[in-house]
Amino acid sequence: MGRYFGRKLAIYALTFVVAVTINWLIPRFMPGDPVRAMVARAGLQDPAGVAAMREYYTSLFGFDLPWWQQYLNFWGELLRGNFGVSLWAYPKSVGSIILAAVPYTLGLLLPAILLSWWAGNKFGAYAARKKVLDNAVLPIWYVLTATPYMWLAILLAWAFGKVAGLFPVGRSFSASLEPSFSWLFISDLISHWFLPFLSLFLVAFGGWAIGMRNLIIYELEADYAHYLGALGAPQRLVRRYAFRNAVLPQVTGLALQLGVIIGGAVVTEIVFDYRGLGYLVLEAIKTSDLFLLQGIFLFIVIGVLVANFIIDVVYVLVDPRTRVGMGSGS
Amino acid sequence: MTQPKPEPDVPVAAGAAEVATVPGVAVVHGGGVRREALHFAVRNRKLVGGFVVVLVFLLAALVGPLFASGDPNAYVGPAAAAPSGEYWFGTTTFGQDVFAQFLHGLRASFFVGVVAALIAGVLGMVIGFTSGYRGGLVDEVLNMITNIVLVLPVLAVLMIIAAYLEVRDVQVQAVIIGLFSWPWVARAVRSQTLTLRAREFVDLAKLSGMPVRRIIFREIAPNMASYLFMVFILLFGGSVLFAATLDFIGLGPTEGTSLGLMLNQAKQWSAMNLGLWWWFIPPGLGITTIVGALYLMNVGLDEVFNPKLRET
Repeated sequence: MGRYFGRKLAIYALTFVVAVTINWLIPRFMPGDPVRAMVARAGLQDPAGVAAMREYYTSLFGFDLPWWQQYLNFWGELLRGNFGVSLWAYPKSVGSIILAAVPYTLGLLLPAILLSWWAGNKFGAYAARKKVLDNAVLPIWYVLTATPYMWLAILLAWAFGKVAGLFPVGRSFSASLEPSFSWLFISDLISHWFLPFLSLFLVAFGGWAIGMRNLIIYELEADYAHYLGALGAPQRLVRRYAFRNAVLPQVTGLALQLGVIIGGAVVTEIVFDYRGLGYLVLEAIKTSDLFLLQGIFLFIVIGVLVANFIIDVVYVLVDPRTRVGMGSGS
Repeated sequence: MTQPKPEPDVPVAAGAAEVATVPGVAVVHGGGVRREALHFAVRNRKLVGGFVVVLVFLLAALVGPLFASGDPNAYVGPAAAAPSGEYWFGTTTFGQDVFAQFLHGLRASFFVGVVAALIAGVLGMVIGFTSGYRGGLVDEVLNMITNIVLVLPVLAVLMIIAAYLEVRDVQVQAVIIGLFSWPWVARAVRSQTLTLRAREFVDLAKLSGMPVRRIIFREIAPNMASYLFMVFILLFGGSVLFAATLDFIGLGPTEGTSLGLMLNQAKQWSAMNLGLWWWFIPPGLGITTIVGALYLMNVGLDEVFNPKLRET
């Protein structure tokens, strides 16, 4: 088991190195001169200002040093927790802006991921091989899972926010309120949170339910299920065994879907002007604040890696076979 | 935005095993198997239905822009007009024809889907086959690379690459999406190659001195053909969604239009608040229908190739 986690951790460490390297490589090896582009996008008129900015960026990227030294410096800054300074919210540091936004994104993502996974698995398993129910819900699930996150978000915002006027659309809480532990603020927070959460939940739910339904069908066709059935075991018992086997690939699937769901959260936040990472992504792109964008990229990677590791631990807890000396599981 | 999970692995392994148990060479050159598949394919409502929908959209994408020629972003009509006989899908707040944008956007979506799926499919297959067939150190290294790219959040990577590109077009978008969506294919192909490699007809080919490349392409690949076809469809759908997402966050093509870009503009110019539903419903509905039809085709194909799933 130690080897199993060792291997996994090695992969994650390497992934982090690759991500940081991508982050370092891209401004340097993309066609075009990033410094010139960034200065031009800032739209300064004053030539002295342009020159100062050029110099500032050149030293920031360290373009005047040999490449290996640039690379080492990049790591050095990173390990000291320095992600650079944001242009969009100058002179705040990228790290502090991101840290302020992360709670909102996590507050959306965690409930959406966990609840959709749980509900999707339960409902998918329930609908499998139940002809009428299956035929009724399966098309809905397929439509949900094929829906782009932002489109469902737009539809919900339009239908429930604009037309029905049930929920406020825009920002994480009303502009007139100050964060506090009052009922007014918390209810406001929740009413702003609900629609983005719902749209993330629905799309993800469709995918999990379909996955579980299919897995259950395969499990019910497996020899052990037929054998149990032949022994006269009640259908409920067979299904329970099938569920326990089918849930394992779904745990792995959760790790694989993380990136996609985070992408979904980014666009959903953009639709609702929800003030999490997605909002930062949009602002960073609009104002060409590439340091901020790169900082967000690293944060997302770190988040995905941590989540992957948690899922690995959960997998070992759920699947007893991994604990019996299966050294190199991948 | 569901990226296909590698679970289909389980069913397909079963499917492939079934095909492979048909003795001897008949497996590879089996016209009978193919004819049987075709027999079930044309009778499978999901497959045919999905195929027809995709085909209709494809035709609209190919032929439509010829009729709605000219710049789809041109300011042609009255501002913010509701759908009418003249402007089927209405116009934007700037008087752009939403229908023309939709047709051109469809074309962009299909292009990205097909090209990205081809790139990712070929990469995934080559890496998966090589890794599974060669084994040893090659396998270790390729598997490591696969695992790393698999863990990297694709959208985040695409985001920073696209942000540094000063000029973005659909071609570049297709290539970068393709370059980062292959790992799950490689993984699934690898695990199947591992099981197929151990079969007698592969041993026979090896004994007869066939070169590795021929063994992979002539003996192993045909037995996975059905699966690879499904992989392509899933990659297609996934790439369309990825492209739409990138476009929506403002990293779409700098010239022309696409379905995601239409959504981006609708959001940017607050079509929701102005109640211009004809601006944001068609592009999203188009993506959902295409991707949904692709998934439906995939389910149909699964049933065709895997008799256990067929509804009786």
